[in-house]
Order: sequence, then structure tokens, then C-alpha cells
Amino acid sequence: MVKVTVWGSLRSFTDGQAVVEVQADTFKSVLDALAKDYPGLIPQIEAGVSLAIDGRIYKDSWFTPVTPDSEVVLMPLMQGG
Amino acid sequence: MAFDEYQKRDFKVIGTTPLRPDGIDKVTGRAQYGADYYLPGMLVGKMLRSPYAHAKIKSIDTSAARAMQGVKAVVTADDFPGTATGETLDVQDHCLARGTALYDGHAVAAVAAIDAETARQALKLIKVDYEVLPHVTSIEDAVKPGAPLVQEGRRGRKVPKQFSDNCTGWCEFGHGDLEAGFAKADKIIERTFKTSSTHQGYIEPHACLASMGSDGRADVWCCTQGHFHVRNLCAQIMDMDQSALRVTASEIGGGFGGKTTVFIEPVALLLSLKAGHPVKVVMSRDEVFKASGPTVASMTDVKIGMTKDGRITAADALIRYEGGAWPNLTIFPGAQSAFACYDLEAVRAQGLNALTNRPLQAAYRAPGAPQSIYAVEAVVDELALELGLDPIDVRLKNAAKKGTKSSYGPTYDDIGLVQLLEAAKAHPHYSAPLGPNQGRGISSGFWFNFGGETCVSLALDFDGSITLVEGNPDIGGSRASMSMMAAEELGIPYEKVRTIVADTASLGHNEVTHGSRVTFAVGLATIKAARAAKTEMCRRAAKIWGIDEDAVVWEDGFAKPAGPNAGEYEPMSIEKIAKDSPRTGGPIVGHHEVTAEGAGVSFGVHICDLEVDPETGFTKILRYTVLQDAGKAIHPQYVEGQLQGGAVQGIGWALNEEYIYGEDGRLQNAGFLDYRIPVASDLPKIDTVILEIPNPGHPYGVRGVGETGIVPPLAAISNAMSHAIGVRMQELPMSPPKVLKAIKNKG
Repeated sequence: MVKVTVWGSLRSFTDGQAVVEVQADTFKSVLDALAKDYPGLIPQIEAGVSLAIDGRIYKDSWFTPVTPDSEVVLMPLMQGG
Repeated sequence: MAFDEYQKRDFKVIGTTPLRPDGIDKVTGRAQYGADYYLPGMLVGKMLRSPYAHAKIKSIDTSAARAMQGVKAVVTADDFPGTATGETLDVQDHCLARGTALYDGHAVAAVAAIDAETARQALKLIKVDYEVLPHVTSIEDAVKPGAPLVQEGRRGRKVPKQFSDNCTGWCEFGHGDLEAGFAKADKIIERTFKTSSTHQGYIEPHACLASMGSDGRADVWCCTQGHFHVRNLCAQIMDMDQSALRVTASEIGGGFGGKTTVFIEPVALLLSLKAGHPVKVVMSRDEVFKASGPTVASMTDVKIGMTKDGRITAADALIRYEGGAWPNLTIFPGAQSAFACYDLEAVRAQGLNALTNRPLQAAYRAPGAPQSIYAVEAVVDELALELGLDPIDVRLKNAAKKGTKSSYGPTYDDIGLVQLLEAAKAHPHYSAPLGPNQGRGISSGFWFNFGGETCVSLALDFDGSITLVEGNPDIGGSRASMSMMAAEELGIPYEKVRTIVADTASLGHNEVTHGSRVTFAVGLATIKAARAAKTEMCRRAAKIWGIDEDAVVWEDGFAKPAGPNAGEYEPMSIEKIAKDSPRTGGPIVGHHEVTAEGAGVSFGVHICDLEVDPETGFTKILRYTVLQDAGKAIHPQYVEGQLQGGAVQGIGWALNEEYIYGEDGRLQNAGFLDYRIPVASDLPKIDTVILEIPNPGHPYGVRGVGETGIVPPLAAISNAMSHAIGVRMQELPMSPPKVLKAIKNKG
């Protein structure tokens, strides 16, 4: 299981949990599992999210591996100027 | 080790400062900007804009304009195909109002005519029947229950009920127990800060030329930070295949985030479709201010607790942004960035975005970060002052470092904030004496940086020179930087590489030039494309020599046998391999396509000295030093330019720049005479110190440098102002009348 940290305003969709556990081994499967286990997150996931995996921010790399030891943080989609 | 990970090495080209390839064209007028494109039969397009901040469009009568001699087309939003949805529909609505004018200057119709004067006269013949609606232009008013509603049905999920239906977004980041943290504090300071909307202030107005063919295929030439994005937006709005629209990016006279979307291109295409002629649209400066995105305005509450020895025990912020009449996402990085410079046990940043009757905000260097970090850095400064502590020591005591759990969630890898603060403290500027009415301020700053979709092609020409094709408009020296990285990797002189920015039909998709991404991401792709070319060149040499390709290495522009066991062969030059390439297998091209990740965050520290005239409130910046981590500076002069440019824009933001709206909701200062950006005579030389803490995610260690430089100036100048006049101002800009008022109110 992978522990995923969810930002504060989404915690009402994860039963108040700041960290949720999902069965996943890649960027894509983390998002799929979050959507399956916590359907309230779907609008945000569809609007766009990033994942920080072990401190490195990934915008959209589906096949990036994730392990049970990984630090995984759900983040809003990045933009810049 | 993967190629995209940092490997320490000695450089020959990287770190030098060759001449910029676009310099001569720009100073001789040969460079083509957005308004410099012409086609046979070209028409002039112009927009009719709303004189009201908020008004229902009951009807538009274009018959008289259509009947005017020389007018070839008149369009309104009803003429769009109606295929745009979601955010793209918002973009379309911002280009041409659909049913309701949502801000002063919102375009409601457009004309294409044989010349500019005919187009202007035709606009006067368009009759619009407006029903004026209540408006709201300030963030303070927009979030209140009962505020005039800008758009219905836009309230965001999870927006707390005490805020109005104008509020489209709510977010919260942080960790730890705030209550317990504040209980440990010896001193708690809580303040509210405001910043105004500021424009990116690029010198070149938006301009485009659109040519729609009778076969439904089209070309657009425009000034933009991302022509692939322009193509994709326009294709959806115009119901075209993306491949049916080719977009070519012109040279660009500044963007700073403001040219990451479209304002006129879909309208020019629509006019061209209706008229059957190419149509050029060029915004006036008035239109640029009124109808192209400024940055968000903000109102931020910050509360920070600190122990007597300077350790922050808890930090909390409520950040409110307004970004015009459509939803935007800038509040997210604003809230994420607020406390990113600090290693905190208890932290929370809440963010709220609200609609107002203003143009849709556009990104502006590190979008969202300057406003929130300004408020945080001002309170940290005040705490240090109140507790009698050195402001750099306080920041060092609390600085984020490798292993810190950031305020927005992830744990930091290698970062350079501590090194920057130590360098700032040791810098002669920090200990230089100050005179009467003078003050010194410092601030830290942060930005994420990122990578994104990137596609590069590197061709070995038959004489051994290199044509490198990238797809990102060059707004900060990327052609030089890419040429340098290709030259470094291939072991050839910089002058042997020419980098061009290709149109959308020549490469795969490239994400917009934003997010400080290009030197990192396009550089990474360039290095990999060069490595692919090197691999192929080694393979060709191996075939000529009749040895295994693994027995050939590439060094300093030559293929060489890997060692004595490979055989005795004279090194084969890149020129020789290129010349023989038609007979050894064909042209040699290296290319690389990637969604680049691992950009590596960036920090900066600024020191500012200023002097205030107590009789007039005029502020003069006396000395300014920027310290920033570049990971690896590819072309140090370009890096220096980015740091200086960010500082100067921040100085303007802090001291003078602001959108001023009247009671009628109309913009009062849509021009550079009334909207005061800094000019050279306002400024001292901006000193720079470039630190190089390599980014582990790039082969040469590069971090983006384009955005962080605008983050610290707001607080650095505000803090300096507080020390100069003895009172803390909590609103930007600190223009002379406001400074004078603050001094007088002090008593």
C-alpha cells in the first residue's frame, strides 16, 4: 500500500484523513485508486493534479514508479509565468 | 545512472558568455515581431469594447457597419462555432463577450476592413444596447455575502459559507498543531496586507496575423509564449483539427507570463474566415491594459508566533486573490508558496479566489507567490525587529533545507536557501552603513519551477554544423542556451550551432514557455538529442572502420576508438562524418521527446537599501542585491539578466504600479503615463550573486531562474521602507502619497 498525503481542502472527500492508503505502483495507478476509493476527489483529479514523489514534482508521468516506501503528495496542477 | 540525473563534470562551453544570436537582428530592426508580418490582401481587424464594468448585452446591431464601404467582415461571439467548452469557453468569452460584458474594455464585436481608419469608423456604427448591472472590482468587496454577482454558477466546492458566491476556489495546505504551536510562542504578530493588480508591462502589445484558407486550413503568426497552446486553443474555439492550423511564433517583446494565453487570435481567425482575407489585429496600449491579463490583486491575513530566540512555533495565513471575471488557479501556488521558505512544525495556508469585474488575470512570473510571500516576509521581519534579532539570523534559524517537510507537503531534496542566506549575510551590502531616512530590508523568495512536454530535433548538416530545432519562443535567451548545451555535448564550438524556434507543424507539442521550464526541460531534451546524434555518429564511424559500435567513443567533436583493443584508427571528425553521411546511411538527426520532470525548486534572497524623502514621500532605491540559486548557470549573463529583470519588476510592483478603478468600475490609468513602471533612471545597478547548487534532476544541474527573482522584492522593499520611516505599511504599492500619509499618521 502507498500512503498519499492529500491537501487540506480535499480532506472532506477522504473522510477527514490527511493521509490515505491506496494500492498502487505508478503515478497513474495512484490517481486511479484515489478516484475509486474516494470518488469526491474525481472532479479535482479531472481538473488536473500533480504528484510529488519523494520530493520531486511530477505533472503528468503516468508510468513513474511508486513504492510503499515512497513519499507521495497530491498537489494541484502547476502553472507558471 | 540515468542521463537525466546530475553528473558532476568539467564544462568547456557551459558557463561562458557568448554573444546572443538574436542581438544584431533586434538592434538593427531585422527581427520580426508580431506586428511585422504582412500578406497580400491583408485586412485590419479592430475590436469594439464595453464602456461598462458589468452590463447585459441586450442586442448588437452591426448592419450599418457591415454596409460601410471597405468593411469586409463584422463578427460577434455568436459567430464562433460554439464548440469550445470548459476553460476554453472561458478563454473564448474573454476574447469576445457572450451575452454579458464582464469588465470595462471587454470586447463585444470586431471588424475587419481595408485599413485602420475604415475599421475605426465602422466600430462607431455598431449599436450595442446594454443593460448596466451592479459591479464589483475589489477583492475586499467581492468576497462579502451580498456582493454583486459577477457570474452565476461559479461558486467553488468547499468554499466556506461565510464567503459570497463570487468565490470560485478554496484550498488549504499545511501540517501540525497550530494551537499548540502558538501556545509555545513568546511573541505573536498578526497583520493584514494588500497588493494591487499589476500588469506584466511587456513593451510589445499583443499582435497577430491570421489567414484562413478556403480549404479550412489556416496560419497564424503571433507574439506568444506558447504557439502550440495558441494552436490548440484556437483549433477548439474554431472547430478545426489542430493539424489544420499552423502557428508561428514571432520574436517577442516581453511576456513575463502575460502571453501564455490568447486574447485576439481566435477573433482574427474568425474575421479572416468571414472576410476571406488575411486579417491582422494589433492591440493598442490602452487595450493591453484593459483587456489582457494583469496579475491577481490580494488581501492576506498572516499570523506567526516566534520564541525569543527566533524560532517560529506556528504560522497561519488566509490568502484572498481576485483574478477577474473568470475562475483561475493562481490561488493554489499562492497558498502553497506562502511559507515554502521555512522549516515549520505547525503551518497552515488557506486560499480563496474570487471573481471581480476585471479582465481575467494572466500569469505573471511565479504567479501567486509574490503576493503571499510578501505578507509572510513582512511579519517575519517585524517579529525579528520586535525581538531584537537579526532578520537573516531569524531566517537561517528557520530555513527550509534538504529533508524539510515543506509547508505544501513534499520533503525537499537538495536546495540552496541556507547557502543563499549565509551568502547574503556575508555580502558587503548587508553591513554597509546607512544614512538618515534610509532603510534596509531583506526577503527570501521561492518558486516551484517545472518541466512539461518538450520536443527537440538536432540535425547534423553536411558540413558538420548543427541546426537545432526547438518549439519554445525565446523570451529569456533560450536559443543561446540551447546552442551552448548542444555544443557542450557534441564537443564543438558554440558558433557551429544555430538554434531556431520552429512552427507548430514542424515539431511535436511543446508546452508554453513558462514555469521557468525552458532552460531545464528544453535543455534536457537538447542534451539527449545531442547524445542520440553522437550515438549515431559513433555507429557510422564504427561501420567505416569495420569495428563494433560499442568500441567507439565521442570526445571533443571526434569519434575515436574506445581503447587499444578497438584498433588503431585516426579520430574521425564531425565534419568528416557529416560529409560522408549520405553514403553511410543517410542524414544524421538526433531528437528527443519527453514530458520533463524533476525541475527542482528555486530560492532567492534579496537585499534592498532605499531612502525616503520625508517631505514628498518619494522613494529612491539606493542599492539592490539579488542572490539566487541557478543550479548551473548555462549563460551567466542571461541568468544575471533574469535576476535583474525580476527585481526591477518587483520594485515597480512595490513602489508604484497598480490598476486604479473608479467608482464606475472603469480602469482609470490604462497607459504608461499613469501606470508607472520603473525606468533606467529610477534604478541603481542591480547586483547579482549566482549560487550553483545542482538540481539532481538535470544532467548539468540546471534549475529555472526566470521567476523567483520577482518574489522577494515586494517584502524586501516593504521591510526597508518600514525601517526608513519607522512605520510598517501594509499595502502595495507604496507610492509617494501613501508613504507621505503613513509618515504623517505616525505623528
